[in-house]
Amino acid sequence: MTDVLTLTNVSKSFGALKVTDDVSFAVPKGQALGIIGPNGAGKSTLFNLITGNFLPDAGKITFLGQDVTRVPAMTRVRMGVGRSFQIPQPFEGLTVFENLLTAAAFGQGKHEGEVEADCALILQDTELLRRANDLAGSLSLLDRKRLEMARAMATGPDLLLLLDEIAGGLTEGECQALVATIKALHAKGTTIIWIEHVLHALNSVVEQLLVLDFGKVIGIGAPDEIMASREVREIYLGLEA
Amino acid sequence: MIWLDTLVQGLLLGGLYALFAAGLSLVFGIMRLVNLAHGDLIVLAAFVVLVVVEATGLNPFLSALIAAPALFAFGWALQWFVFNRVLGKDILPPLLVTFGLSIALQNGMLEVFSADSQRIRVGALESASVDLGLVTVGIMPLLTFASAVAVIFTLNQIFYRTALGRAFRATSDDPVTASLMGINPRSVFAVATGLAMVIVTIAALYLGMRSNFDPSIGPARLIFAFEAVIIGALARFGAR
Repeated sequence: MTDVLTLTNVSKSFGALKVTDDVSFAVPKGQALGIIGPNGAGKSTLFNLITGNFLPDAGKITFLGQDVTRVPAMTRVRMGVGRSFQIPQPFEGLTVFENLLTAAAFGQGKHEGEVEADCALILQDTELLRRANDLAGSLSLLDRKRLEMARAMATGPDLLLLLDEIAGGLTEGECQALVATIKALHAKGTTIIWIEHVLHALNSVVEQLLVLDFGKVIGIGAPDEIMASREVREIYLGLEA
Repeated sequence: MIWLDTLVQGLLLGGLYALFAAGLSLVFGIMRLVNLAHGDLIVLAAFVVLVVVEATGLNPFLSALIAAPALFAFGWALQWFVFNRVLGKDILPPLLVTFGLSIALQNGMLEVFSADSQRIRVGALESASVDLGLVTVGIMPLLTFASAVAVIFTLNQIFYRTALGRAFRATSDDPVTASLMGINPRSVFAVATGLAMVIVTIAALYLGMRSNFDPSIGPARLIFAFEAVIIGALARFGAR
């Protein structure tokens, strides 16, 4: 199986603070990888490195075997990397549908006419169809989270979808609906990396779990093994040794 | 009926100021760049139209049509090679650069075109008028006003009906997120400034046909544009 994404000894510092410390891992095609870790462990920074918003100080990032370490963010989107933000950042002055349309047209380099139907389908899948013509700035938190995911899906992340705490702040029912959507995407063969604190949601989807603490990879493996390991329980669940 | 006449003439003159303002507003709306050289760019465009008129002997309207693509390219390059390098969190560098550009343009034009007053001639059209009963209005002011309405209408259509317009609005909203949607903010900015230069060309055409111009009058045109944008609160394109 080929690897969609590999990180090799990637490091990133902000001043004296090492936010990503010698991180290496690979994500095979079609896998769903969960990333967990305490607040400030460097999870979102890792996403910023993968999308190209930040450039690493050291190390190498490859996408489908191609070195993308220095490739700008917009090019990576066109290569098939889609991303949702932890704090939703919709284009507030555009309608929900326009948010998707823009993401789809530019993310896939197609004409708007070619992607309109797909956008409507995504809106339906993410239960946003009833808000399609409202300004994104008027959405509630749940709908903003849905829009985050819908927009990431619209960029055509047929290869790699990055989800950043998409389930946070949702009710159990909403969370289930979201998990079902993610599962459906995954079943279609989309490779997913998902940062999440809502563990039961995460573990119902992912095959691999990666634990991050102080920018370092503490462990990577099957979810039940990882959750059972003492080190992870100490760091992540805050158990006394 | 002097008061009515005053009102009508004022309204029509407002069309010219709206043309001055539309380009400034477009650039400011999309990239928060206050272009202090806007007035000088209008004068530059007027000289370019004049050069085309003199070189080809064509009607000024056709000449402007020829000048517009060249000025679009100029605007695109100006943004790509100059303004894009200074845009960022700090608003001071772009202000300084456009202020410097203003000075450079004025002196450059003085060198090339001399300080003589120039005018774009359109023959009989300059003094033609229509009698509307209560007031008599000039054809030129009417054309100016109609062009301003057409420019603003077209800009609105671009902003709300096209992929380019949505990219303008998305980039104006959040350039970082826009780049994650596959939009290149730098090239969006370059197209926006190019488009602004096309509007500047239209403004310059009417400025040059209406009154004399020379290399030093740019800053005053900038003030008119500013007044229309800020005091007159002409809607900022790209924001609701």
